[in-house]
Amino acid sequence: MAHAATTHHTSLGLDNRKVAFWAFIGSECLLFTALISTYLVYKGRSVVGPYPHEILNIPFTSVSTFDLLMSSLMMVLALAAVQRGDMKWGKIWLFSTALLGLVFLGGQVIEFTEFVHKGLTLSTNLFGCTFFVLTGTHGAHVAVGVLWLLTLWMRALQGKLGPANAMTVEITGLYWHFVDVVWIVIFTVVYLIQ
Amino acid sequence: MSDAPPKGLTSWLTTTDHKRIGLLYFWTAFGFFLIGGLEALVIRAQLAQPNGHVVSAETFNQLFTMHGTTMVFLALMPLSAAFFNYIIPLQIGARDVAFPRLNAFSYWVFLLGGLLLNASWLVGPLFHAGALNVAPDGGWFGYANLTERQFSPGPNIDFWQLGLQILGISSLAAGFNFIVTILNMRAPGMTMMRLPVFVWMTLVTQFLIITAFPVITVALVFLMFDRLFGAHFYLTSAGATPLLWQHLFWLFGHPEVYILILPAMGVVSEVLPTFARKPLFGYTVVVYSGILIGLMGWGVWSHHMFSVGLGPIADSVFASTTMLIAIPTGVKIFNWIGTLWGGSIRGTTALKFAVGFIAMFIIGGLSGVSHASPPADLQQTDTYYVVAHIHYVLFGGTVLGLFAGIYYWWPKMTGRLLSESLGRWHFWLQFIGMNLAFFPMHLIGLLGMPRRVYTYSPELGVGSLNLVSTVGAFLIGVSILVFLLNVWRSGRRGQAAPNDPWGGATLEWSISSPPPVYNFSVIPTVTSRLPRWKTEHHEPMRDPPAIPPAPIHVPGGSWWPLVAACGFPVMALSVLAHTLWLVFVGAAILIFGIYRWAYEPFEV
Amino acid sequence: MSVQEGGTAMHEEGSLEHPVHPTADVYLRVGAVLVILTVLEVGVFYVPAFHPVLVPVLLVLSAAKFTLVVMFYMHLKADSKFFTFLFGVPLLLAVGVMVALLFLFLGALTLRGAAGPG
Repeated sequence: MAHAATTHHTSLGLDNRKVAFWAFIGSECLLFTALISTYLVYKGRSVVGPYPHEILNIPFTSVSTFDLLMSSLMMVLALAAVQRGDMKWGKIWLFSTALLGLVFLGGQVIEFTEFVHKGLTLSTNLFGCTFFVLTGTHGAHVAVGVLWLLTLWMRALQGKLGPANAMTVEITGLYWHFVDVVWIVIFTVVYLIQ
Repeated sequence: MSDAPPKGLTSWLTTTDHKRIGLLYFWTAFGFFLIGGLEALVIRAQLAQPNGHVVSAETFNQLFTMHGTTMVFLALMPLSAAFFNYIIPLQIGARDVAFPRLNAFSYWVFLLGGLLLNASWLVGPLFHAGALNVAPDGGWFGYANLTERQFSPGPNIDFWQLGLQILGISSLAAGFNFIVTILNMRAPGMTMMRLPVFVWMTLVTQFLIITAFPVITVALVFLMFDRLFGAHFYLTSAGATPLLWQHLFWLFGHPEVYILILPAMGVVSEVLPTFARKPLFGYTVVVYSGILIGLMGWGVWSHHMFSVGLGPIADSVFASTTMLIAIPTGVKIFNWIGTLWGGSIRGTTALKFAVGFIAMFIIGGLSGVSHASPPADLQQTDTYYVVAHIHYVLFGGTVLGLFAGIYYWWPKMTGRLLSESLGRWHFWLQFIGMNLAFFPMHLIGLLGMPRRVYTYSPELGVGSLNLVSTVGAFLIGVSILVFLLNVWRSGRRGQAAPNDPWGGATLEWSISSPPPVYNFSVIPTVTSRLPRWKTEHHEPMRDPPAIPPAPIHVPGGSWWPLVAACGFPVMALSVLAHTLWLVFVGAAILIFGIYRWAYEPFEV
Repeated sequence: MSVQEGGTAMHEEGSLEHPVHPTADVYLRVGAVLVILTVLEVGVFYVPAFHPVLVPVLLVLSAAKFTLVVMFYMHLKADSKFFTFLFGVPLLLAVGVMVALLFLFLGALTLRGAAGPG
């Protein structure tokens, strides 16, 4: 991640890592499509409750959604700061992004615990297994992202992050925004369209 | 920089050189190919006569499951990967792939996944099973709900779903690597429409891999959650349907068969022009057909499900898309024939295999087209007719195509020539063997013998046909022995290979056999599709000098891909041993490996 | 807050692109629009009058959010068209697969109507 920026000639004039990462994001589209399609295909087919309308908490999740959207804003501000060499703000925004990511994860933990208390687990019904695997996979992606962001932040603290390796931050950003975008879809399809 | 490769075990364990990784893939894949072949021979021994008792029914189930899984994931795909690794950078004029350590990682993950899967043959006692072997036994496509805990209580299916998830990671990583390599690391002047067809077919294959593998990953994760945590993804009692598995599996499974055949088609597209001394007929059409096959391959998956009751509209849609996909495939066949027509033919072993590919693939394609009709398929599905089809396209197609590649590129990869006379024996034994083995299966299937049955009654009247098929299978086995003899002889006293034993047109023939560690002493500038041939518009290129004019940096090795790869079997073990903390140990190994990898100084 | 991004840190010798980066100003405005769209989404959910058109409206609103994040935060609009292709093809494929699965499972492709999968 943090080795010297590539100055090799490339056929497309694009950074190898960025090309690889967009290909990866394309691949992840198929991953989440399979998960979301399964959720949709099994919607309304649970034989026993609890059912979505009984336990999904829209106000709570709306705040989570807002949190993740703001974290994307902070991510892009972090990139802008690093690109112009402003490492003070770069560090602040990187940390803030990670922090909001942690808040989102905290929200997921609270929500999942609530649901379990109300009787919804992986093995209760179709809603349970499709919901938890879909949002759990997304949450795992967020967790990886938080770890990634904190790693970058620590590199910045060590003075090892700067405009010369801004591509690293850009790619982190691509990952983070993609995770946000997946949530945009999940929020609509799971929570709002019941 | 010395151009002699480093020696010793450590240098192999830490290699990031695409040529070494290609060789590792080759030998490992070939080893698994032999294992898969042995499994086939035992199957054929059991089926040689009615009411056979060579193996028990349970072992038979494990044999055909492992034969399929091994051949698809551990033999054919990695053999293709051996060529992706070795040949692609050479054909595009690059020094290595885009991410050499990720490349090594892919190999180690593949090896470990394959070992995990095959360990199941021997570890029965660890699971208090009644037998030594607890290999996966649900078929290579693992239909739910047979694979659920209720009907498969042992560890067999766990080995399968874990092994496949691990192998998926290997393929995905390689997919990203080769996409970037092919798109972004071409030599100056090598535009996309000057790429060798093998490179194009590889590119399409990698896109298929990165889009299809996530889907099977999800299917497997669902199965894992059902088996481990009591989820209900495929259980009708909870309102679910086993059809979800079928859809998800075949959404992956159909692109997978194109992943299996396109590289071989690419190889054939290289071999034919070389030995016809004539450029590929209709290069542009062949490339676009390959792309079309890749795209259309996403639209046909439910033709594997014509017997489940999808309904007439769905059946008709998938029947049409399946028939349509025969068009670009057929087009390629005409282009290959057109390449040979009027050419100056040299009947080398590689060419024999390439021509054999065309003939056998036509037969396999014809049975495939017959499957495209749902009413016909209702008769054929789950019978030996399908087994005939898949083996004509995968053995007659992919295996013959890959052997064409082996004979073609062996001198380049090893610096030695293979014997052409042993090659002739190999080819004819294998060609006759495969037709004896698989042609009768068309009839056996139509006469009513189902797939995946460990025996059959004499009344069915397919005893003699099965015997013929078994003889053919053993003949294939003999042909492989001939090949192994050829390999051994070539290694001991094979003729040293020049840079260009065949008069090839593409860049890999412009450097030594095997190439120096840096591939090209000077990166060539490409001005035509056939750089090394004289054409109407171009003189042949001048080969790069033997001594590099300036020092060339070659990245060193790294332990971290191997270390990171080791995280996966440990995580898998936690499932098999029902021991939660192991998953954290495995994850820690993976994360540790990744961090060390990320912060290791490594200049490509 | 109209600091000019881009150009400065991206100057690698002739090998990387030199796109024009949106300014922080643009990012903030996109952020504000995202918040508004989310408020609208939640609003549509709660206001009973919108229920007949709930699904299409929500799909449009979330598609708008998706597009904004991808085009501006992920920079796809300003970057090489190649990235749009690299992301767009799998995305289209994904949407096609989802639509196909919905049709296959929700009975629209059978003459039996909403009888569900066989």
